[in-house]
Amino acid sequence: MSFVTPLWPPQASAYAEQVDRLFLGFSALTVLLVLPVFILIGIFALKYRRGRDVDRTHRTRGSVWLETSWAAGPFLLVLGFFAWGVALYVDAQTEPVGALEISGTAKQWMWKFSHHPGGQREINELHVPAGEPVKITLTSQDVIHSLYLPALRLKQDVLPGRYTTLSFTADRPGTYALRCAEFCGANHAVMGGRIVVQTPRDYAQWLSRSGADKSLAERGKLLFRQYGCSGCHGPASSVKAPDLAGLYGRPVSLESGETIIADDQYIRDSILFPHRAIAAGYPPIMPTFRNVIEEEDLIALTAFIRNTRAEDWREEE
Amino acid sequence: MSDASPLQESADPPPPRETPEEQVSYLRAGYSLKSWFFTTDHKRIAILYMVAIMFFFVVGGAAAVLMRLDLATPSADLLTSDGYNRAFTMHGVIMVWFFLIPSIPTTFGNFLIPLMIGARDLAFPRLNLLSWYIYVIAGFFTLYSLVAGGVDTGWTFYTPLSTMFANGHVMAALSAVFIVGFSSILTGLNFIVTVHKLRAPGMTWGRLPLFIWSHYATSLVLLLATPVLSITLVLLAAERMLGVGIFDPALGGDPLLYQHLFWFYSHPAVYIMLLPAMGVVSELVAAAAHKQVFGYWFIAYSSMAIAALGFLVWGHHMFVSGQSMYASAIFSLLSVAVAVPSAIKVYNWTATFYKGSVSFDPAFLFAMSFIGLFVIGGMTGLMLAMLAVDVHLHDTYFVVAHFHYIMVGGTVSAFFGALHFWWPKITGRDYTKMWGGLTAVLIFGGFNMTFFPQFLLGYLGMPRRYHSYDPEFQVLHLLSSAGASILAVGYMLPVFYLGWSLRWGKPAETNPWGATGLEWTVPSPPPKHNFEEVPVVVEGPYHYPLKHPASRD
Repeated sequence: MSFVTPLWPPQASAYAEQVDRLFLGFSALTVLLVLPVFILIGIFALKYRRGRDVDRTHRTRGSVWLETSWAAGPFLLVLGFFAWGVALYVDAQTEPVGALEISGTAKQWMWKFSHHPGGQREINELHVPAGEPVKITLTSQDVIHSLYLPALRLKQDVLPGRYTTLSFTADRPGTYALRCAEFCGANHAVMGGRIVVQTPRDYAQWLSRSGADKSLAERGKLLFRQYGCSGCHGPASSVKAPDLAGLYGRPVSLESGETIIADDQYIRDSILFPHRAIAAGYPPIMPTFRNVIEEEDLIALTAFIRNTRAEDWREEE
Repeated sequence: MSDASPLQESADPPPPRETPEEQVSYLRAGYSLKSWFFTTDHKRIAILYMVAIMFFFVVGGAAAVLMRLDLATPSADLLTSDGYNRAFTMHGVIMVWFFLIPSIPTTFGNFLIPLMIGARDLAFPRLNLLSWYIYVIAGFFTLYSLVAGGVDTGWTFYTPLSTMFANGHVMAALSAVFIVGFSSILTGLNFIVTVHKLRAPGMTWGRLPLFIWSHYATSLVLLLATPVLSITLVLLAAERMLGVGIFDPALGGDPLLYQHLFWFYSHPAVYIMLLPAMGVVSELVAAAAHKQVFGYWFIAYSSMAIAALGFLVWGHHMFVSGQSMYASAIFSLLSVAVAVPSAIKVYNWTATFYKGSVSFDPAFLFAMSFIGLFVIGGMTGLMLAMLAVDVHLHDTYFVVAHFHYIMVGGTVSAFFGALHFWWPKITGRDYTKMWGGLTAVLIFGGFNMTFFPQFLLGYLGMPRRYHSYDPEFQVLHLLSSAGASILAVGYMLPVFYLGWSLRWGKPAETNPWGATGLEWTVPSPPPKHNFEEVPVVVEGPYHYPLKHPASRD
């Protein structure tokens, strides 16, 4: 048994320090608001204990002035911290520009990560460079999980059928805990691993050491043929299917009259639920690939579609 | 004690086996099983509830004991992982729906509401009995799911884990919670009608004891929130049994929809547990201070405000779920707002002691225990309402500690406080006060030792519902388990001295605490029909003039 108990969790980022400051500041306010109650009850109970001969005249039954002040005062003080909390939260939720992208897939009971664009893959470990913004796009293959990085004071639920993102900039190289925070079944407690924050040089080395034989987009390109997508969506196809080149990030007009931005979620849903959002002018003839294509392959396919500009597309054939 | 004959000359005669008050009391109005199981007397139904609820408190507590024993070491040794998951699921389901939600309303609420407002019974006595039977039937479903092997979803039944992946007896547990909901709804309805229609002459709304106000607010929440849970559980069952896609994305559903629906009930449910406890504490504080409660209307309306605002904060359970950032910000603001009426109550209780005449009875000590633990629970709840803090602490032991401070530190302390305060009225016998005080201190100390380390564990990054954990957390977990053993002793002690009082306790006076309130004007224990003649109320509650005999003794 270990008798060494850490008193404070490690801080791996400037953001973690800010969260700690907010927490400690608010704790101080808490003590400030609570102590008078405890002290006054103690004083009153002792001073006015039954049988003691003290002046009990001029009792009051209430005071609107007092009520208003002890309702409004603490509320306004807390509001300041509320604003601080929201500011930090918005900060963490805002996706940084030019972030290094990583895709994460959770399943009972492991974490899988693929690094863009090289396609390096790892299980239950997450390597990231220090000082660079990182954006992790997450999805689950089964139940809800939650990616919890205590040293970064960050957490994001990982949902099946939906992409959520977690962005951060880790500053201090080191190895920290990575845990699942949402109860996900029998082995929930061991669904974890570590996040390794490395200097950019070490990270580059790690990338090249664990180099995959194909980049994510290359793997996606292969899958695009394997699953027969190219049969209809390829440039030379005789079937009338939407052209996917340069699609990513662009608005798509739908049959329903709506317009949707072709992001990761849209592309994923269009593969699994092709009848949900039909591109205007195209017959809804695409079969569903639900239960056929795994989440990790979907990520690769999306990476392929995303990286394919119109010029590359035509060169293919 | 047949030797309690009038011939005995001893200075301190042993208490009589049966006092004249007892002979005509509700307790002696029939001895057959039928006279209990088919009674429509609110006081007897309260006793029936008390027995059933304490049974589930023990079962739920046993699950907690298993968990705390297992968590004494970092490795998964006592239980299997699946067994551990079933233990905390059963602990949650039983404690939430079969102990905490019905705890104070169905026992003390049932017993005291008619007595406090000067009525002979609740508005619908037979409905009241039906509520108990529904509770018991639901209880059997729970016991079945437990004995058959348990449930492994957590008490929150999150989808798609509960609908597509869990292999425990989910349907039995769902049925239990679905059925017990009707017991809640009927009790809420009964209380609302009773408070509206059966108040004695002169018992205006402004003369209602604060216990009644808090139960009135609770009943509104019971009536309005519980049906949402019932419907949600039906949808859950439809998905699990029939594969109707509602929540599971693989079937075209949305798992966050479930969380919205579930917390729309389950956050107000926290106030169902808490509001009656606050009502109890208002009574205990006034009786201990022997003084008019400070800010009567502020306390009364704060109960109503909590009931209303409680419906608007469910989204704070979903800050990291992927809900919109803007929704999260608004829910965070509303969560700060809902703390205001609670704070008002605490400040008013504090002010009530000023120039009071404070006695250190067990009831006072339990009320202090409530205030202390509830304040810590409430303030840590505010911390969790701060968005950036919650992102770190969500689903960690910090949350576990926070809601145990509110529900166990708060509600259970108030429950024990109520038990010690109204015990002489309910049973007609006095217990030894010293033991009551000792229990209050043990529970307060044991509770803090159990749950304070969990705040630290949470901030260090220990997620909840973990069967095994990093060795660095062991010291804090051991402390917690050791505290839990003290807490268990504290909870078990009353069995002995309260049980003792039933047989050997001195007969209780009509008003042993010198408190105000109509319930203290009828004999202890009360006669079958409460009041011999309809009481007429001529003054406000908590009328403790300075000349009050008990305030100067």
